Parts: sequence; structure tokens; C-alpha cells
Amino acid sequence: MAGETSFPEPQLAGARLVVSARTYADFTPQASFDIKNCDVHKLEEGPPLQAVLTREEGLQYYRTMQTIRRMELKADQLYKQKIIRGFCHLYDGQEACAVGIEAGIKRSDHLITAYRAHGYTYTRGGTVREIMAELTGRRGGIAKGKGGSMHMYTKHFYGGNGIVGAQVPLGAGVALACKYLGKNELCVCLYGDGAANQGQIFETYNMASLWKLPCIFICENNQYGMGTSVERAAASTDYYKRGDFIPGLRVDGMDVLCVREATKFAAEHCKSGKGPILMELLTYRYHGHSMSDPGVSYRTREEIQEVRSKSDPITLLKDRMLSNNMVSVEELKEIDVEVRKEIEDAAQFATTDPEPPLEELCNHIFYNEPPMKVRGISPWIKLKSVS
Amino acid sequence: MAYLRSILRSGKNAVPAVLRREFHRTLPAAVQVTVRDAIKEALDEELERDERVFLLGEEVALFEGAYKVTRGLWKKYGDKRIIDTPITEIGFTGIAVGAAMAGLRPVVEYMSFNFSMQSVDHIINSAAKTYYMSGGLQPVSIVFRGPNGAAPGVAAQHAQCFAAWYGHVPGLKVVSPWSAEDAKGLLKSAIRDDNPVVFLENEIMYSVPFEMSEESQSKDFLIPIGKAKIERKGNHVTLVSHSHVVSRCMDAAAVLAKDGIECEVINLRTIRPMDMEAIETSVMKTKHLITVEGGWPQFGVGGEILARIMEGPGFSYLNAPAVRVTGVDIPMPYAKHLEENTLPQIKDIVFSVKKTLNV
Repeated sequence: MAGETSFPEPQLAGARLVVSARTYADFTPQASFDIKNCDVHKLEEGPPLQAVLTREEGLQYYRTMQTIRRMELKADQLYKQKIIRGFCHLYDGQEACAVGIEAGIKRSDHLITAYRAHGYTYTRGGTVREIMAELTGRRGGIAKGKGGSMHMYTKHFYGGNGIVGAQVPLGAGVALACKYLGKNELCVCLYGDGAANQGQIFETYNMASLWKLPCIFICENNQYGMGTSVERAAASTDYYKRGDFIPGLRVDGMDVLCVREATKFAAEHCKSGKGPILMELLTYRYHGHSMSDPGVSYRTREEIQEVRSKSDPITLLKDRMLSNNMVSVEELKEIDVEVRKEIEDAAQFATTDPEPPLEELCNHIFYNEPPMKVRGISPWIKLKSVS
Repeated sequence: MAYLRSILRSGKNAVPAVLRREFHRTLPAAVQVTVRDAIKEALDEELERDERVFLLGEEVALFEGAYKVTRGLWKKYGDKRIIDTPITEIGFTGIAVGAAMAGLRPVVEYMSFNFSMQSVDHIINSAAKTYYMSGGLQPVSIVFRGPNGAAPGVAAQHAQCFAAWYGHVPGLKVVSPWSAEDAKGLLKSAIRDDNPVVFLENEIMYSVPFEMSEESQSKDFLIPIGKAKIERKGNHVTLVSHSHVVSRCMDAAAVLAKDGIECEVINLRTIRPMDMEAIETSVMKTKHLITVEGGWPQFGVGGEILARIMEGPGFSYLNAPAVRVTGVDIPMPYAKHLEENTLPQIKDIVFSVKKTLNV
């Protein structure tokens, strides 16, 4: 169908394993961890209270979260150097959400989110190179430099959406297509605590429920909609209950295992034909809303520091793996070094790759269309658009 | 002349035409079909042809369409393909656009394009711009259709013409059919088009029967989007119009012919991309141009045509300034006499032609 063939095959994020000096026999191959209980709404029971983590999974989650973390911090740097312009909404602090969700669904499932999308673009198969080059607006960018931070797409990942809340009905539409085509796939529709008050989301809850669409609505509650804290924006901050007739869970979004188990639970619910389900992930962003927001006029530095020291998702995973002898400190350091290198290489590419050529300015207006004329800035300038 | 007769008739012949359609498999050479039935035929044929096509909107299924355009389709295709939505435009438009992104081919019905204002964000930001923003990764194959513009007695909130609003946006195709053939051929093209198409019907035209040629009765009859049609040839003045106002232009042309003034009437068929070549070729012949539309004057379809004539080869052929005949720049009133004086009538077109030709 249209669009299916245009996407390159996605990469499995964090798949490469580190060969350690110590043999695998030295490490615990897997361990079981207690995870926080989820508050439930209109559900008899929630996800399991224990999660099994294998060494491979642990290393993969660690690498992926670290890659997202480093990529976002690099973006911060490039933005301050004015190499990235316009909007840049960073995801550091929320890594466990993207990684946990991806671990709970299949590659063939679908996902859509709002503008804080770099992490998801990565977990859904984009490479760091093409993500960074899109941020810097170069021809090697994932959208050829035409979209920027908020408009990145991969196969079964529908962006990257700039209009708050709009992605939710879009995601339900993707779910409708999944059901219509009988594919046993689902769509994860993400939105923030700010978007959660949008009318179109409630319209979507209604239709998704009425038509039993296979979607998992996920509210990434990072406590602040831009500069407005949840208590100042919402009459009810129990976002997992806002779906009313839609069952809901409230999940610790800083724990990748908690997110994974909840997602698996939710996916099971959807795919068994029960219709939509809602998850609220309690998470936190270290950066301000965007690069133009220092992030301290509406919250304290102490608060940010406290989350960093007590609930950082990468530290949480690292501590778990180390204390259960699933991995060595050196191994993790090696991963860090590799990740840093990958980010550096990507940043290098993103700053040296040329911008898209002017001849391509008007391309991609229409799909599958013969070349057409486009009016330029003045009547004498005749431009051409190719599909 | 056939057109004139068909327009002046009240549509009483529409019913026998429908019955004839439903009971005969092979059709006579030319047949009378209302615009409403032509639209339905297009929908039926495209639903049959492509499994991915489906309709959604308010009252399209059980109620058989607020204006009966989708009569019989739900009975034939069922719940999966003909979906009744709650009265939540922004929600169901977003859902339709998402379904299109995932590879289906939705046809969204607005009970009136006035209600599409609630959905405009999805039509423009989620549909029109996406293929461009994604650098060619994510096409959106979708049609938004419904009655647009004036309808008798519906007053201000239900009578706005959106041709100029949607025509403004790159990434959208905007189509405005007049006749039954237009409606059928253009809707089929719109549904088969892999891009977002806004399909502006008109309630006044729904019941008007037109002769449909044998060719237009074929299941693969398509009219290309972006090409205007010359409905009436003439040498003295070019009248460019779209939608129900084309009828007025044809009527006015008949009146003017009695005075020896021959109008060339161009039916735009498509607002975006607009067929300027057809307009320019005509202007080079007639040397006089009047655009006629039901919408408001400021920043309207006529304004765009006139600007392009100024900027293009047609300008040096004009013997008089090109002018626009439009709806009055006010919200649509309710009282009949006021309403009649808000939209271009035959006398207004005749008057404008004579002024332009200085006769």
C-alpha cells in the first residue's frame, strides 16, 4: 500500500552486544525483579509485580537508553551552538518510557507521539545519524531536512507531530486500519499531561471504545505541560482514569521493567479484542519544555536534582544489573564509550552534511504525481516539483 | 440548451432516472442522472473496486446520508466500510487521516463544509503538509467531501464557501464539480488520487439532473483533476466559474445571446491546481474576463484568477480590466429576498458583462 515501500528497513536499537573480557559464565543470565504495583482503573488486576530481565535484554535497554540520553545532550550542545534551530524538545529523563514501550510491543505494531519524539524515532528504527542530520536540517536527515525536530518518520512510526493532541486521533486511525486489515497489530498513541485535556482526545476515547480499536493510549506525565504544572492545568490529575469507560493503569515511568510489563499487559488487552486501554506513565524531563525554556521558572533546581539522584532510569537499571552480577562495570563503561563515539560520529555527520539542494525545494508536495510547476516568490521565478 | 432545460426543471425527473438505474443492467446511450446519484455511483464503484476505500461521517450509514447521497451503500457494504460517526468532527477527521497514513483510503463526509472548520487542523496540518514534512516518506490518500457554499434558507453559519480557504493550501487538491458528469468523474479521480483531496459539492446541485454520456457511465470513467471545461464557447467575454454558479453563468449566457453577445463559459472543475492555461487561452480570444463565484470577494477564487491574469500572458490581451462577480461581503442572511440579493443572479452577470463590454 502507499507508503509501505518508501521506508527503509529499521535498525534494532541497541542490538549490538559488548564482548567482555570476562566470559558469559561469570554473569547471571537472568534475574527476577520486584516492580512497583500499578494503580488500576476499571480493571480486575494489573500487570505482574515481578519482571524477568535477561542479561541480553539488560544490555540492550541500557545501550538504547544511554544512546537516547547522549543523543539528546548532544542536541542540547548543538542547539546552543546555533547549529540546530527552531524547536527542539528533549527527552532526557524519560528514556525508560520509549525503551520500555518498545520492549512491550512488536516491531510490526505501530506508534505515534507528539513533538518530544527523538527517542521514539530511535527506538522505532531511525539511526542517530539520520536523526541528528534532520535536527541540523541536512540532506542526510531522516526526512531529508524537510521536517526538522518534530517531523521524523520511520516504518510504522507516524512522527513526530507538532500540534498538541492531534496525534491521538491519528493514532486511533492507525489502529482502525490495523483492525480493518485484520492484521493483529496495535497502535500506541502517546500524549503528554498537557495534551491530556484536549477535546479531541476525549472524542477519540469515545470512538476508539465504541469501535473497539486496538490502541494503547499512553499519557507520558512528566508533571509539566510546558511551564504549567499538572495541578494548575487539570481538574483531575488522575490521567489514567480520564478515559472514563476505558480501563487504565498508572505506571512508574522511570523503571524500564515496569513500563515493559505494563505495555505487555496493555498489548494483550488490545489484541484480545477488548478495545482500547490507557496507561499513564509517571516520568520526568530534565530539560525545560524546549531549548528556549531553561526549565526553572516553574520548578526548582532541587526538584530536578532530586529526580536525577533518586530516580534516574539509566542509573536504576544499571544498579539492578550490577547488584545482581548481570554485568560488569567495565562492560557498561565500554558501552558508554561506544555510545559516545556513535553520537560524536553522528554529530560530525550532522554538521558537515550539506543542506538539501535548492532544486529540491518544491519536491514532495504530492505523492505519485507527474512533475508540476510551483509558483515561486515572484511571477518570474518558475519552480518545479517532483514527487 | 439541454443544460438550460435540465437546470430549470425542478428535478422531478430525478426519481424515474434513479429507478431506471437500479433495475437495468445495460443502460441506454445517454441518460439523465442527478448530481446526487452521480456522486453515489462514484462512491459505489470505487468501494467495489478497492477494498481499502471506506466512508465515514455523520448519518452516512443507516440514515442513508443527510442529503441521501449515500443511500443504499450501507446495505450493500455493511458496517466495516460505511461508518456512522458521533458528532465529533475533529476526532473523526483525525482518525480518518491516521487510517490513511496506515494505508487505507478513507472518504470523509462533512454534513456541510461549515463543520469542517472544526477539523481544519487535521486537513491541513495532519494531511496536506505531511508528505512534504516527511521528505516523501508518508503519503496521505484521503478525500474530504460534502456540500459547500450556499443552500437555500440555511443562514450564516451553514452557507459559507470554503473554496478559497482550502485553495490556499499547498499539499491539498481542491475540486469543485458542477454537473453530474463532473461529480462522478472527479470524485472517482479524487478517490484514486494518492493525495488529500477536498471535494466541494453543493446542496443546490444535488437534485439537478444532467445528461450523462455513454462514456461517463463506464466504471473507469475519470475526469482529470486540474483541468477546466469549456461549457459554452463564445467570442466576446470569458466567464469563469465553479460549482452551482456555473448554472447562473449558462443562464446569463443564454440571455446575452439574444443581444448578440456570445459568452465563453469556463467551468473550473478544480480550484487547486487551477487550470490557468484554459482561462488564458480563452482570454486571449475574448479579451474580456469576468470571474463569477458564490464565495466572499476578499481573498477569493476570483481574486486569485485576476492576480494570475495580471502576472501572465493574458494581461496584454485584455481590452478592459478583468473583474470579479462574487457573493456580497456579509454573513448570509436568512430572509429570502435578502438571501437572493447576496448571491450573484443572472441579472448581475448580465449587468457585469455589459459593463465590461461597455454596451
